[in-house]
Amino acid sequence: MKAPLPPGAVCYNLGHISRIPRGEGRTYRLQDRLIAVFRSRNEELFATQAHCPHQGGPLADGIIGDGKVICPLHAFKFDLRTGAPLGNSCPGLRTYPVSLDAEGNILVTVED
Amino acid sequence: MTRKQRLVVIGNGMAGARLVEEIVSRPGGEHYEITVLGAEPYGNYNRILLSGVLAGSYCPEHIFLHPLSWYQEHGIRLHAGRAVTAIDWQGHRVQMADGDWESYDRLVIATGSSPYLPPLENLLREDGRLIAGAFTFRTLDDCQALLAYSSQARRAVVIGGGLLGLEAASGLRQRGLEVHLVHRSPHLLNLQLDSVGGAILARLVSEQGVQLHLGKETVAMLGQDRLCGLRFSDGSELACDLCVIATGTTPNIALARAAGLAVKRGIIIDDDLACSVPDIFAIGECAEHRGQTYGLVAPLWEQARILAERLTDSTSRKQYTGSAISTRLKVSGLDLTVMGDKEPAGPDDEVITYAEPTRGIYKKLIIREGRLQGAILLGDLPGSVPAARLVQLFHRGDPLPANRVELLFPCNGKNQQAVSVAELPDDTQICNCNGVSKGAILAAVRAGKRSLKALCDATRAATGCGSCKSQVQELLVLACEGEVVEDPSVHYYVPAIPLTKPELVRVIKERGLRSVSAVFQALANGQEDPTSKAGLASLLKTIWGKDYEDERDARFINDRVHANIQKDGTFSVVPRIYGGVTTPEQLRRIADVAEKYHVPLVKITGGQRIDLVGVRKEQLPAIWKDLGMPSGHAYTKAFRTCKTCLGSDFCRYGLGDSTTLGIKIEKRYQGIEMPHKVKLATAGCPRNCSEATTKDLGAVAIEGGRWEIYVGGAAGSRVRKGDLLCTVNTHEEVLLYMGRFMQYYRENAKYQERSYDFVERIGIEQLRRVLVEDAEGICARLDRDIQAAVEAYVDPWQREAEQPVTPTQFSEALEATPISLGAGN
Ligand code: SRM
Ligand SMILES: Cc1cc2nc3c(=O)[nH]c(=O)nc-3n(C[C@H](O)[C@H](O)[C@H](O)COP(=O)(O)OP(=O)(O)OC[C@H]3O[C@@H](n4cnc5c(N)ncnc54)[C@H](O)[C@@H]3O)c2cc1C
Ligand code: SF4
Ligand code: FES
Repeated sequence: MKAPLPPGAVCYNLGHISRIPRGEGRTYRLQDRLIAVFRSRNEELFATQAHCPHQGGPLADGIIGDGKVICPLHAFKFDLRTGAPLGNSCPGLRTYPVSLDAEGNILVTVED
Repeated sequence: MTRKQRLVVIGNGMAGARLVEEIVSRPGGEHYEITVLGAEPYGNYNRILLSGVLAGSYCPEHIFLHPLSWYQEHGIRLHAGRAVTAIDWQGHRVQMADGDWESYDRLVIATGSSPYLPPLENLLREDGRLIAGAFTFRTLDDCQALLAYSSQARRAVVIGGGLLGLEAASGLRQRGLEVHLVHRSPHLLNLQLDSVGGAILARLVSEQGVQLHLGKETVAMLGQDRLCGLRFSDGSELACDLCVIATGTTPNIALARAAGLAVKRGIIIDDDLACSVPDIFAIGECAEHRGQTYGLVAPLWEQARILAERLTDSTSRKQYTGSAISTRLKVSGLDLTVMGDKEPAGPDDEVITYAEPTRGIYKKLIIREGRLQGAILLGDLPGSVPAARLVQLFHRGDPLPANRVELLFPCNGKNQQAVSVAELPDDTQICNCNGVSKGAILAAVRAGKRSLKALCDATRAATGCGSCKSQVQELLVLACEGEVVEDPSVHYYVPAIPLTKPELVRVIKERGLRSVSAVFQALANGQEDPTSKAGLASLLKTIWGKDYEDERDARFINDRVHANIQKDGTFSVVPRIYGGVTTPEQLRRIADVAEKYHVPLVKITGGQRIDLVGVRKEQLPAIWKDLGMPSGHAYTKAFRTCKTCLGSDFCRYGLGDSTTLGIKIEKRYQGIEMPHKVKLATAGCPRNCSEATTKDLGAVAIEGGRWEIYVGGAAGSRVRKGDLLCTVNTHEEVLLYMGRFMQYYRENAKYQERSYDFVERIGIEQLRRVLVEDAEGICARLDRDIQAAVEAYVDPWQREAEQPVTPTQFSEALEATPISLGAGN
């Protein structure tokens, strides 16, 4: 049995994982919120806020690797697991719990 | 969910603010709800730079480290201007002057220290404040009050010949006042300097116009409601209208003492930085560790770093074991660095001195058991070992060269020059406040921090006392100009693999590595490095051509969607217009597309073509299809354009057909990957209307129907006239030599090394030898390889407009569906 979601939390089905090519990211719209979901080459999933805290760059368009994302606009780096800024003084990224269901659909939980 | 821990910090000075900054930037910092209670009514400013504010080299608004908004952004509650009056450690709460209580789970005391006031007659008024005209120099308020008063003053006296007193005297002198400095000891900086050094310094200081009164003890302030002079113990008097008291500091421990915490000179802390009662820590000038209190920032930053680690990572056992201190005087025109002991402790200590008193030079080293134990480095002696190097030896306790003279003067021929910052080893600490090494600074430059500010922001170098700023600047200039520095990694093709480009190419070929992940697997222990991916992808494409195993994730976004990303995440589309020559039909098509897709901006570019700006990712394939024109590659590291001028067909000066030549060049080399972008031009005569001599490659027609070929020109962030590679007779020869150069550049340039840097690095003579005289016998092969690249070229727009590489290649935002809701929804 899955643990019940905490109050106020919503779980979204983002569709099948194959929509994100290995090693890339995609932006998803969860009702009125945009998030970025990344699928690493070694099949780890990460979900963060969609826009870079620096100047709003689309993070899903960044290059990833070693658990980090490089923003496509000015190459600021962030840790995908924790959202922490790496070598820059931006605020960290908001991250979201993400998992796969038995059919290979991506599930993301958003808590407010 | 566990409740967040409440962390309360008393004191918003150098130590308190640094601690908070360290905590919020670390993983684990999010577990704290942080409240800062600071007596000063500001966000956090750099106290050290108050000397600069006094001297007029900084405005007060430029010394702020964190504005109030920074606290908001990081969710930190800052109560600026609210002093804490009591700590109730049994109740885990503190009280503020207005009576409010604040509860904590962990408390950090960082109250710093206050100026020590000597017992001078008539110093204090009845209300306990200083007599008008007398000032301390510790806070921004002090500094501003002092500045305001100094504009009316003529003659200032500084009491105290320590670091602070000297900086205050120098600052006031620069404000144009007559300045006297009174010091109790017979020599200046007696805590840091021996008497020889003190005497030389005294001469230098008086040469700067500060009148010294050494060995004089002040006993009284003269004046009724405002200061008019000082009286000394020998009965003599000195008239003045302003006085700065810089006679030392006293740690602020009253609060801790009243609460029952163990205190001596400072608040007693152990190696865990913990006080004598549970859940309270102390750092900074208010703390006393192993019998030592500190009055400089480097130790307290170390304390803040360690405490932040301990608070955010429960597994950390990191301890603070004390700091060795070195410091540099911040008086312009005076070069003084001191560290450790100033005198030998016993007969076994070695003392090495070099003195040229008339030139103001004095160097003294104390060596104990083969390690540097202390040093006085006064005066700038060209050709000597830089102070930064000795500070490094001191802090790390490195073994010293047996030939001691090498500590002061580099001796063997190779080291003769090893004095500028460029030659220092990479691990030399440049910024002694923040502990930033030369290597870290260079790495930041290479990561794109090309302005001094960006560099300092990124590394924190020069954000402390600022005295290393000129060295940081020197490093920046060096690294930007592509000059050789000692860090080998500047020669690596990509950061993750410690190989130069030729070495890397050889290994890739030998082991048949055809994809970026294969390279990481084979050469980086399977560890992916995102900063290395795009460079490797470009190199592999160049090496393997058609046989390259393309992994899209290794490409920069521009190369995944074949358009240039813009600041708002939209893209620009620049179709190829060969040689800048277009037709009404083509223009009409572009116009139709712009209208149909509501393109926000249509712009004529500096590359003689038309840019459709502000296109959404999803629109790209359809726009390409409708345009039916090839990609202009304005988004990638590849052959870009060939600009042309009118040339001999129409222009009355034209000596050669530059338009036809330009079109031929562009048709042949379009879109071929390069280490960086390559832009060309052809000009029909030396008037050079298409600016061919400042292009990566340019051809200029000259009298006699001949063409000059220029390489390595630039008119972007640098301006450089290209070097003449050779002069040839026909269009075909121009194409041949240009192609040959491009292939050589593809094989030998570093990733993102523009042709202008490459040509300078290799040298034009060498290029002529290899590419024109064929000294290495590789010309035929180069010609073959570039021909293969020409043949392998496929226009990405034509291909991917019809058939995206993956179904979501051009998706902007994919939709998701809510499936379950938490309780209470
Ligand atoms: C569109 C255009 C400006 C214009 O409206 O005229 C342009 C626009 C950009 N230039 Fe440029 N450059 C344009 C001609 C030039 C020229 C002139 C030329 O090509 O004849 C130069 C000087 C020559 C040169 O290349 O050195 C030029 C020197 C630069 C530089 C500095 C390169 C250098 O190292 O010196 C950059 C930055 C870089 O490459 O790192 C740059 C970068 C850029 C980028 C791509 C910024 C970026 O990385 O996103 C701009 C894209 C804006 C956008 O959002 O689309 N652009 N840029 C020109 C496109 C030409 C074309 O048709 O392809
Ligand atoms: C002009 C000048 C130049 C200097 N130059 C150098 C230099 O070049 N290199 C160097 O290493 N060092 C230098 N120093 C010394 C350096 O500034 C100090 O070592 C450092 O500021 C100490 O940091 P701190 O946080 O312990 O104390 P502070 O920076 O003094 O901060 C303590 C803060 O706590 C607040 N506070 C005190 N009591 C309470 C209370 N009860 N409630 C709330 N808040 C309280 C104070 O208002 C203050 O803001 C210089 C100092 C001065 C004044
Ligand atoms: S000069 Fe080039 S890079 Fe700079 S803003 Fe203009 S287009 Fe952008
Ligand atoms: S917007 Fe992300 S780095 Fe600038």
